[in-house]
Amino acid sequence: MDAQETIFLTICGMAAVTYATRAAPLLFLAGRTLPPAVQRFLAHVPAAVLAALAVPAVLAPEGRLAGLSSPVLWAGLAAFGLALRTRGFFGPVALGMVIVAAARLLAG
Amino acid sequence: MSPAPLTPPGGPAVWREALARVAPIAMGYVPVGMAYGVLAGKAGLSAINVLAMSLLVYAGSAQLVAVGFFAAGASGISIVAATLAVNLRHLLFSAASVPWTSGWRKRELAAFAFELTDETFALHAARYGHGDRDKRLTLAANTLAQASWVAGTALGVAAGDALGDGRALALDFALPGMFLALLAGQLRSPSQAAAAVAGGALSLGAAWCGASGIGTLGAGLAGAACGMGVEAWTRRKRSS
Repeated sequence: MDAQETIFLTICGMAAVTYATRAAPLLFLAGRTLPPAVQRFLAHVPAAVLAALAVPAVLAPEGRLAGLSSPVLWAGLAAFGLALRTRGFFGPVALGMVIVAAARLLAG
Repeated sequence: MSPAPLTPPGGPAVWREALARVAPIAMGYVPVGMAYGVLAGKAGLSAINVLAMSLLVYAGSAQLVAVGFFAAGASGISIVAATLAVNLRHLLFSAASVPWTSGWRKRELAAFAFELTDETFALHAARYGHGDRDKRLTLAANTLAQASWVAGTALGVAAGDALGDGRALALDFALPGMFLALLAGQLRSPSQAAAAVAGGALSLGAAWCGASGIGTLGAGLAGAACGMGVEAWTRRKRSS
């Protein structure tokens, strides 16, 4: 088996485990009414998980805390602030990307 | 595995509406997909395999993690295990989608689950909050979102070395930027803010300890429990 075939098999394995995490709860719980406590818990899942994804990505992009000189930190704060004010989606992302790109351009 | 045959007969109006809803997500997916396409090519994946991963796996952060593993010459088993760890958070999204997919047929649920991502989940959660649970719109939006991800990947493959690693264009900020914008849209009450603060802090701690994959799931669980507790507390205070 050549290297690309091995890579393709690995991709198939990745696809299988990913689909399992996405489909199992939906297919298993479909048609059941979840207890109110579980529903209240699940209503808080988006905020908790999105913060769990965003905070390390902005504050510690390389796995350790970035300093105050990190453009990603300031871009993240600006994007988050704009998103809170406007409830927009693409505007904040674009603002953050412009800040990061400009900072890297100026830093050479 | 393409959900195309399951595309609901909604006509052009549903697709236009879906395009309008998905456009902001697509504008984030294209640059991140490009960054993935460029890096995956550099890591030694053939163009077919680079595209196959975006078609079959369709998970931004997991794909970028996997590319790092491929570049380091890691074994297939360890790459699949890392993918599972990074994607365990989808268990929560999947469970949280149950209330607004009640009454769907199994194959519709199967197609929906295939394209359930952080961003499309947040989009549908917000729609559901406004009472919109249109099934055709949901499935059409998911299809368009993945199409933009695959298109971005193809652009990255085509651009190749011309793009460098994409850092000069800040492509690496697109994914965190999307998470932040989606998070801002979720913060509608003190209990949601508490869930976010707890989830973010715990996840940062886990990343510090080098356990970011499992850490995201654990922080999400604990953060949601925290938000639920704050909600119960504020309700009790109001009624007393």
